[in-house]
Amino acid sequence: MTRMRLTTKPETEQPLPDIDMSTHLGELPLVNPILTASGCAAAGRELDQFFDITTIGGIVTKSVMQNPRSGRPTPRMAETPSGMLNSIGLQGPGVDSFIERDLAWLHERGATTVVSIAGGSVEEFAKVAGKLRMATGVSGIEVNISCPNVESRGEVFACDPVAAAEVVSAVRRSTTPGVPVFVKLSPDVTDIVSVAHAVVEAGADGLSMINTTLGMVINTDTMRPALAGITGGLSGPAIRPMAVRCVWQVHQAMPEVPILGMGGIRTGLDALEFILAGASAVSIGTVIFHDPSSPARIRDELARAVAERGFASLNDAIGYAHREPDIELEPQGPAFVEFDEALEDSESSADL
Amino acid sequence: MAVQVKGEVLDIRRIGSYFNLSMVAPGIAEHARPGHFVALNVGGDSSSLLLRRAFSIYRTEQRGVYGGTVDIVFSIAGPGTAWLADRQRHDPIDIVGPLGRPFVLPAEPVPCVLIGGGYGAAPLFTLAEKLRERGCRVDFVLGASTEDRLFGALEGKRMSQSIAITTEDGSLGERGRVTDVLPRIIERSDSAVLYACGPMGMLQAVAKTAERYGIHSQCAVEESMACGVGVCMTCVMPVIGDDGQTRMVRSCVEGPVFRGDRVRWSEVGTVPDDTIGSIAWTQATNDSLFAASAPVAVEEDLPVDGEDAFVEASDADDEGSAS
Ligand SMILES: Cc1cc2nc3c(=O)[nH]c(=O)nc-3n(C[C@H](O)[C@H](O)[C@H](O)COP(=O)(O)OP(=O)(O)OC[C@H]3O[C@@H](n4cnc5c(N)ncnc54)[C@H](O)[C@@H]3O)c2cc1C
Ligand SMILES: Cc1cc2nc3c(=O)[nH]c(=O)nc-3n(C[C@H](O)[C@H](O)[C@H](O)COP(=O)(O)O)c2cc1C
Ligand code: FES
Repeated sequence: MTRMRLTTKPETEQPLPDIDMSTHLGELPLVNPILTASGCAAAGRELDQFFDITTIGGIVTKSVMQNPRSGRPTPRMAETPSGMLNSIGLQGPGVDSFIERDLAWLHERGATTVVSIAGGSVEEFAKVAGKLRMATGVSGIEVNISCPNVESRGEVFACDPVAAAEVVSAVRRSTTPGVPVFVKLSPDVTDIVSVAHAVVEAGADGLSMINTTLGMVINTDTMRPALAGITGGLSGPAIRPMAVRCVWQVHQAMPEVPILGMGGIRTGLDALEFILAGASAVSIGTVIFHDPSSPARIRDELARAVAERGFASLNDAIGYAHREPDIELEPQGPAFVEFDEALEDSESSADL
Repeated sequence: MAVQVKGEVLDIRRIGSYFNLSMVAPGIAEHARPGHFVALNVGGDSSSLLLRRAFSIYRTEQRGVYGGTVDIVFSIAGPGTAWLADRQRHDPIDIVGPLGRPFVLPAEPVPCVLIGGGYGAAPLFTLAEKLRERGCRVDFVLGASTEDRLFGALEGKRMSQSIAITTEDGSLGERGRVTDVLPRIIERSDSAVLYACGPMGMLQAVAKTAERYGIHSQCAVEESMACGVGVCMTCVMPVIGDDGQTRMVRSCVEGPVFRGDRVRWSEVGTVPDDTIGSIAWTQATNDSLFAASAPVAVEEDLPVDGEDAFVEASDADDEGSAS
């Protein structure tokens, strides 16, 4: 009976390193670089059961539109290798109800809230942003431009730099100065850097990337598309290399523009890849479905990973993979080895 | 309130074509009510099967050296359940639960029929216990396609006034479906409530039968779920609220147990035109409505069923002490 390794939550955890993990998204300071991804955390309330949502950098809420939306029919998802396909269709309560219930709750709870907004027209984006300007508790805006433009036969804003820029300048104008406006880019474009340039010129304070990439699954039993919406957005670890590539390219082209990186982050090391590629912070999405407490876990794993590599702070790690190749930093340098030994020591003494 | 625990396999046994998996799951057993479910990770820490698998709670045990244990009953449907079937005693398992809204219990000791299709019988035995504690008469109807897919016949017999069994091939009990024998049992026992868990088609038929007899039905549904905890919006169904309006509601948090007369069964898999927020609804509702009226609640806080005869199998007591 005593052999039973009853492993309730707090496993024998190593102490957290004392390292400055604070960061910024534009003018918005964050206690650490871990946020949730839009559409993967609703408005934080459900996840607060699994970890204290005020202990991560922030909650990015599900994209909200002007009016209530019922979304698409089901099936809305299909599991894929290391990922999933979704076609939710932006189901949501509409901005008024969102402000009254969700935002108010987040504010009272003391969470840092980045509100994701969506629209079918430039006007709708501006209206939603305008409503949020009047509300309390909005720390930042993320503009989801991966939605169809009803005025342009449903072409997605993210794939049309001109329309995307119009959305961004309208939102920027409707948003309190000082509240950063981040624009979320789609990877489904030929040249993500040119879209990034267009939206930054239009007033974006930073970029979130990436949104899901379009995919499709056919059910071999019914021999029809698996999703009612036929195509869906692919997310999860399956898209991580694509996401890291996007962050890398955009950071290389515009190193001064802050990036909120995401796409398949499952562990602290995955998050570190994005940071090294140039992201100032990261969002955890699909992996929340696998592990609802993952944002807190990844926060701690990342802190350890950054410290183990000898960085004095998170800030020093941002974009570090872009450094000149000839910098001699002795990759297995003394700091690294020493820390490792210290850890071993503390472990063995804990065992006694 | 749900928790995520690193549990451990206590035992796994075959029962007919099903597996009964017992897990040490401290913190879940204590709060589980009949109709709650758990969501399990499958495939190990670096699994490419990312999404949790949902299973009704069959049984919980709170005593003993292990802390709380939770049992589920499942059949192999694909790679996730195949992986679960391969577990050995002491294997770790990541469990989230208890999830969803449980069955609502009648305040009065009224006769109830519990109807299970295949592994859908699993959550009904703890329910039967609770109902009997309240003095309710319990009759069981269990059905499956074949005998080896029938679950819990002996247990059902032990816990009930009567049990009827149907199989589609006639290998055990009566040949046919549960709803073929259901009217007979309702009439005989003067039932006031039907509780059902099983395939959607069966639930729809049960809900219809209840309506025909003017009695209540509580149906536990099974929709495809990505998160199981209410954050992803994949598991929605068209359900009518207390205000008579249809909304696409999340079956993982507002279900899996719904009042049978509230689910728009034949429209599951669609967004009916009169659903709040549908394209047709939005077109029909002019902008002034949004300017003038109070915002419409889409998610959450679907008012809990209001009948006087019903009390929720509530967590109120635990929640009170927790906060
Ligand atoms: C609330 C609830 C309670 C359930 N209770 C039980 C139970 O007590 N016993 C039991 O055997 N099964 C139960 N199921 C169904 C069970 O979740 C699926 O059989 C299981 O997810 C299949 O996983 P797989 O990898 O073996 O199959 P695959 O078909 O490969 O799964 C692929 C994906 O589809 C989803 N999926 C497949 N079938 C179902 C299904 N029937 N319902 C929901 N999602 C599905 C999986 O979660 C996964 O994401 C329940 C489902 C729900 C939603
Ligand atoms: C179910 C689901 C719903 C999503 N909804 C939104 C949304 O409303 N707005 C948005 O900008 N992105 C949405 N996304 C995209 C995620 O925010 C994220 O950009 C993407 O999934 C990649 O990150 P991940 O691989 O970590 O999930 C959604 C993703 C999923 C899986
Ligand atoms: S399964 Fe994610 S909201 Fe229900």
